[in-house]
Amino acid sequence: MFLNLLFYTFGAVLVGAALGVVFSRNPVHAIMFLVLAFFNSAVLWLLLEAEFLAIALVLVYVGAVMVLFLFVVMMLDVNVEQVREGFARYMPVGLLVAFIMVVELGQVIWVRSWGISTLTTAPPLPEDYSNTKALGKVLYTEHVYAFELASVILLLAIVAAITLTMRKRPNLKQQDIAAQVAVRREDRVRLVSMPAEKKE
Amino acid sequence: MTVGLQHYLTLSAVLFAIAIAGIFINRRNVILLLMCIELMLLAVNFNFVAFSRYLGDETGQVFVFFILTVAAAEAAIGLAILVVLFRNRRSISVDDISEMKG
Repeated sequence: MFLNLLFYTFGAVLVGAALGVVFSRNPVHAIMFLVLAFFNSAVLWLLLEAEFLAIALVLVYVGAVMVLFLFVVMMLDVNVEQVREGFARYMPVGLLVAFIMVVELGQVIWVRSWGISTLTTAPPLPEDYSNTKALGKVLYTEHVYAFELASVILLLAIVAAITLTMRKRPNLKQQDIAAQVAVRREDRVRLVSMPAEKKE
Repeated sequence: MTVGLQHYLTLSAVLFAIAIAGIFINRRNVILLLMCIELMLLAVNFNFVAFSRYLGDETGQVFVFFILTVAAAEAAIGLAILVVLFRNRRSISVDDISEMKG
């Protein structure tokens, strides 16, 4: 009963936060609502006993990705008024599509559910069950190839982000290390032979 | 009525539909489009976690792990493209970058 109450409370806040992301006028507020949505879904994942992923969601998403979003929004100085034109124009079609999708997915989940409706209680976990341990056992044995591919994807993201945003400014003073190393004595020192001054 | 798999799937469907509506409504603003994509990925992850718990199989959670990785990479590259776009155009409206439409 208490778990039901938790589910409905955090689910309601999650839906409200998602609506806030879509309908808020200021992009910074939208990001804050998105952070709230991620926190609430982390709590719901804890209810589903996926502890490792819940903590990873908070650490990686709220800690890194959302801060990156916030950083970019604050850096870019977006013109809110210009962004918001056409808001009312696309509202009806958007709501219509969302409504149709909810009805269709609800149909699949509740009416034509092949055996989903029998899964009302989760299988009980053993007493000494550790989610992180179980996940690690599967991740590093069966899915180790996919795990290595994921690390390559992260490397790709690092390289792509840096190469995209790096720029050369004109008039910027930098060291040219190759030229410094390759310099010869003749380039820097000029010997001038001049006659010594005569004494009176 | 006890909360079962169907309730979690319904919540995830509602979340996904809100994100779809957000893409329709905010189709001028690239940042909000990226945020709506994050919401959609969250809804999909929700499905994976719920099925993984109710079927008693950890592989679904491994999938969520990889989706989180790819989503983080996508957000980083998308925001980098956005920064370059803003540097060149001084705007991030979708209407200003429609040259390839022909």
